[in-house]
Amino acid sequence: MAALELDSSAGEFEKLFGEKAKELTNRLENNDIAGAVGMIQDLQKVRDENLYQEIGRLTRALHESIKNFKLDSNVGAGSEIDEAHEGLAYVVDMTAKAANKTMDMVDAALPLSEGISTEAVEIKQEWQRFLKKEIAPSEFRDLTKRITVFLDNTEVNTKKLNGNLNDILLAQDFQDLTGQVIQKVTTMVTDVESRLVNLVSMAGHVDEMTGIQHNSIETESEVDDPTKGVGPQINAEDKEDVASNQDDVDDLLSSLGF
Amino acid sequence: MKILVVDDFSTMRRIIKNLLRDLGFTNTQEADDGSTALPMLQSGDFDFLVTDWNMPGMTGIELLKHVREDERLKTLPVLMVTAEAKRDQIVAAAQAGVNGYVIKPFTAAVLKEKIEKIFERVDG
Repeated sequence: MAALELDSSAGEFEKLFGEKAKELTNRLENNDIAGAVGMIQDLQKVRDENLYQEIGRLTRALHESIKNFKLDSNVGAGSEIDEAHEGLAYVVDMTAKAANKTMDMVDAALPLSEGISTEAVEIKQEWQRFLKKEIAPSEFRDLTKRITVFLDNTEVNTKKLNGNLNDILLAQDFQDLTGQVIQKVTTMVTDVESRLVNLVSMAGHVDEMTGIQHNSIETESEVDDPTKGVGPQINAEDKEDVASNQDDVDDLLSSLGF
Repeated sequence: MKILVVDDFSTMRRIIKNLLRDLGFTNTQEADDGSTALPMLQSGDFDFLVTDWNMPGMTGIELLKHVREDERLKTLPVLMVTAEAKRDQIVAAAQAGVNGYVIKPFTAAVLKEKIEKIFERVDG
């Protein structure tokens, strides 16, 4: 909305400026010097008035933006940026907790399932011997005792395993919560971007009227220093200079004689 | 076999340690970046280094370079396990003398394959 308003005001200024300029040439052609000087003053006035208006607009927009960012004198605290910071720290924390909880549960579950598996293998061997009638009666008594203990333990341990699996399932609830926080931050970033673009375009009008020319701001080409590491590649498949999977890495390395 | 696992995220260190344990490597230690890892390597008798790339302080590639420059450590097998996937980076790691390069996210099978390959070559 603000952008539309901007364009129309800039257009008006140009129209007025154009009209006055035409009148100025007319007067000059007709040797009406006094009139022409008046026109120049008018031109100056049109420019000044519009300039004040634009600066007023810019200041208001800046104010509005600052208000929306909730940036107040105690820099940062309570602002949207600060909220985003906190939100993302929460995401890191939640994901770490979920990962650790899952690994705790797996660590606790592995010996149980390994125990069941080992004991089952051993009992099976004895059982095979029994079926082939290779087992002495005293050994058979031991075997029945062993089977009873195994069944009891299996009952208890599989219950524990079920519990761990359920806890692992529940530990995934971070996805919902972190997802919400990330979506909020994404919306905020988009919002901030559009407000900044708006401010830049308003400032552009002021530059135009005052004839200010900026040395083309050296967009410090933030060449990622690859030795520092640039983190995970998003949409790696679409990028030429990026290996999108382990096979790509292996191919590249083998082409280097690895 | 004594192994040093270097990653700034404790969860990733834990995952790698668990996978190594599954492969029968139980003697592992951890460091959270290159500058902590290097003195450990210099004073301990490590046989194998698994390192991330992107870490605060000293990165994995810098650690690798330091290892290769160190008279006592220069033959230490180094496996890079990292999210860094730019071709230039992989080439740079190869030039710096990495023994294997695994990109995250990875599977247990890939990690196993690369580790076995490294030891085949080192032993052979």
